[in-house]
Amino acid sequence: MPNDLSQIGCASTPVLKERGQHEVFCGLTSIIWLHRKMHDAFFLVVGSRTCAHLLQSAAGVMIFAEPRFATAILEETDLAGMADAHVELERTVGELLSRRPDIKRLFLVGSCPSEVIKIDLATMAKKLSEKYKDRVNVVNFSGSGIETTFTQGEDACLEAVIRDLPQSEKHQLAVLGALPDVVQDQMVRLLTQLGLEDVLILPQARAGMDAGVGPNTQFICTQPFLGAAHDEMVRRGAKPITAPFPFGAQGTTEWFYAIADRFGISRAHVHSVVAAPKARAEHAIAAVAENLRGRSIFFFPDSQLEIPLARFLSQECGMTLTEIGSPYIHRGLVSEELNALPSDIVLSEGQDVDKQLDRVFACQPDLTVCGLGLANPLEAQGLRTKWAIELVFSPIHFYEQAADLAGLFARPLVRSDRLKLGALA
Amino acid sequence: MKLSIWTYEGPPHVGAIRVATGMKNVHVVLHAPQGDTYADLLFTMIERRNHRPPVTYTTFQARDLGSDTATLFKSACLEAYERFKPDLLLVGASCTAELIQDDPGGLAEALDLPIPVVALELPSYQRKENFGADETLFQIVRHLAKPMDRTAEITCNLIGPTALGFRHRDDIIEITRLLNDLGVTVNVCAPMGASPDDIKLLGQAHFNVLMYPETGETACRYLERNLGQPFTKTVPIGVGATADFVAEVAAIIGKPDLSQQVVSRLPWYSASVDSTYLTGKRVFVFGDGTHAMTAARIARDEIGFDVVGLGCFNREMARPVRALAKEMGLNALITDDYLELEQAISELAPELILGTQMERHIGKRLGIPCAVISAPVHVQDFPARYSPQMGPEGANVIFDTWVHPLVMGLEEHLLTMFRDDFEFSDTAGPSHHAAHTPQQTIPTEVAPTMGDANVIWLHDAELELRKIPFFVRGKARRNTEKYAADRGVAEISIDTLYEAKAHYAR
Repeated sequence: MPNDLSQIGCASTPVLKERGQHEVFCGLTSIIWLHRKMHDAFFLVVGSRTCAHLLQSAAGVMIFAEPRFATAILEETDLAGMADAHVELERTVGELLSRRPDIKRLFLVGSCPSEVIKIDLATMAKKLSEKYKDRVNVVNFSGSGIETTFTQGEDACLEAVIRDLPQSEKHQLAVLGALPDVVQDQMVRLLTQLGLEDVLILPQARAGMDAGVGPNTQFICTQPFLGAAHDEMVRRGAKPITAPFPFGAQGTTEWFYAIADRFGISRAHVHSVVAAPKARAEHAIAAVAENLRGRSIFFFPDSQLEIPLARFLSQECGMTLTEIGSPYIHRGLVSEELNALPSDIVLSEGQDVDKQLDRVFACQPDLTVCGLGLANPLEAQGLRTKWAIELVFSPIHFYEQAADLAGLFARPLVRSDRLKLGALA
Repeated sequence: MKLSIWTYEGPPHVGAIRVATGMKNVHVVLHAPQGDTYADLLFTMIERRNHRPPVTYTTFQARDLGSDTATLFKSACLEAYERFKPDLLLVGASCTAELIQDDPGGLAEALDLPIPVVALELPSYQRKENFGADETLFQIVRHLAKPMDRTAEITCNLIGPTALGFRHRDDIIEITRLLNDLGVTVNVCAPMGASPDDIKLLGQAHFNVLMYPETGETACRYLERNLGQPFTKTVPIGVGATADFVAEVAAIIGKPDLSQQVVSRLPWYSASVDSTYLTGKRVFVFGDGTHAMTAARIARDEIGFDVVGLGCFNREMARPVRALAKEMGLNALITDDYLELEQAISELAPELILGTQMERHIGKRLGIPCAVISAPVHVQDFPARYSPQMGPEGANVIFDTWVHPLVMGLEEHLLTMFRDDFEFSDTAGPSHHAAHTPQQTIPTEVAPTMGDANVIWLHDAELELRKIPFFVRGKARRNTEKYAADRGVAEISIDTLYEAKAHYAR
């Protein structure tokens, strides 16, 4: 049942709000890509053995030889008040920094247990920044599951980074969101061709001396989950640019148009810059979309990328949308996306996983986007799945990756068409 | 507070989930915040399970704290019972819920469900995964198993295998076959594959086979004490241990010892001439206590390796591991600190590591081959083929697995003879591995270098050192420097190198 395309725009579609078991990661998981993106940063989680185990399990055990993250595991003595947790943390940080003299930025990351026992990481970060002055900048944020879901860890981290930036009167564009290097380079090339030379990218690969924000900063996000970072930029006086997110040829073009409009760059000039990559992207998407057209898709809530990706798959790949779940819908950030979605879909926020599983079985979509805990059980029940976590680890933004993005969704369907196996053991 | 990069064990509630996931008709309600559901993917991804683990996570959030987390727990229990209709409900708390002290056991009991409810005490800030599994199985057994008449034929229970266990799936099949050959039938295997109704029948077996002390010992001790069932103490990994196990079973059931009839290919493979190259290879052994100890015995007695290091990550097994290490003339390394272990391996420079996935990474970095013998598990530790560790077939699997990462037989000698061959460099690794690519050639000019022990390597000696195969080069360098330093020699010449070689000759 294809979507009724005469009814576009689901900004006013009622949202199914659910609470129950959430089958999602907590914000700590963001550290897995953030530590790769920020080359001089170390992430020290103040938490439990569970936090440490989550990080290595979510990353696939030890894919990185030398991770720049670790856990300060709370022990019985820390809880019983026999050891002052703040003194212990200071000692642990000292141990860490003596091992890793290359570290310039240290993030103290709050977890569920550290929040519950109220370890004051903000005060600790200030104190340690003072202690290691001119050597290491210490910043804190929370990746706890009681406050953050999965990608919200990056949001909280960026919010802390922005809070820490000096004031700047510079006229500049700031782009928020961690992207793979190759993708970021493509983006910067296009922005330069548009005539934008002063571009501040957050998070920075290395802490820059001249980075700052202020009222002359115009900013845009590349990721839909940066609500808190967005709000912090606004508090700092920066001016937000709203646009669809740069997924697919259309999304990417709209994104560049929005920036150009703000900086008084003509659309004709934008068109001359993006025409070639846009045509390439459309051509490449068309080939992959053959496998997606007319097929239905169901999103479990996971990364907050669900709404923009659904827009891309519906608009540019011809997929039929059924339910789109998101852990949290930040209307300020995704309003343009919601306007481009068909209205005959279910939008859900939060989760009660058992009820949602009932719905997916009733719906029998051709493809289900879900977390790693659900994927194999759903495959075994005859549903084709796409792991959501791959979408935050893979290069999927902008023109040159648009077809790869479509390909991520096509592959499980292509595999299913290829395999001639009969019953599964 | 302990700085930790990688962990060998998860928290205790993961152990509880391993027990429940291995069983049938059991459900766990875990009081836990959002994010703790990551544990599900261990089972669905690493073990490729086609069902979700039977766990309901209450998923409390910051706004629930101090208001109604207890109500949330109770409603989660009721909903889980209604939806899944289990025969047994386990309730517990993860690390964060332990701090808010909602008393899951008391709350669940107050619901008055028509099924047994077992409350688990899982001290997250003191204990770890293996404890959680062992304790959970013990609590289930304590609640459900009762004394009863023994079966007419001789039967036993298999105790200890869980979901996400290292080769537990295949060990069960192998040990069941072995026992059948001895005239013993398996009554119940627990927790893997058992329902609560099966647990109630544990008491009708004549004895218990403790497969994995890490996860089953407390239950076996309880059954011995309260149901009068003796249990086997030998873990049958390796040819010698399998024979001892068979003899132990024979003694328990009062039948003649059939251990001579257990046939594995390992003895002949170790005795055949090709295996001469294995003799005296220096190996470092690390894993959980059970697998490390059995591996050390196989390494020493059944392959002829030199065990140069032995240790385990689970402190519960420290005593027997220390005793075995002492018998081998070693100091056991009992630690779950990955960095400490890396340091120890790097200093010992073994030729082969028998370890976990963690040590596989250490080996990768140090250029030392590694075979995996123990949990923590990785998707590679759940092969599609039958590959037990226990019994006769387990010994065969172990021989193949351990020999595979090594440069084999004559190839090792060819490398030594033709080490200057540009296509046959000893840095290339075994020819049967994909990574076989010559990477560097031996430089003809090197400057004198300062050794760690403040001795200088003369040009010729440094060149000579580089001709020594890479897997013993580090050891040769250190031995030579120590030899020189001990004798107050300031410069190392070719003669010093060979004098040291003669001195340390094994």
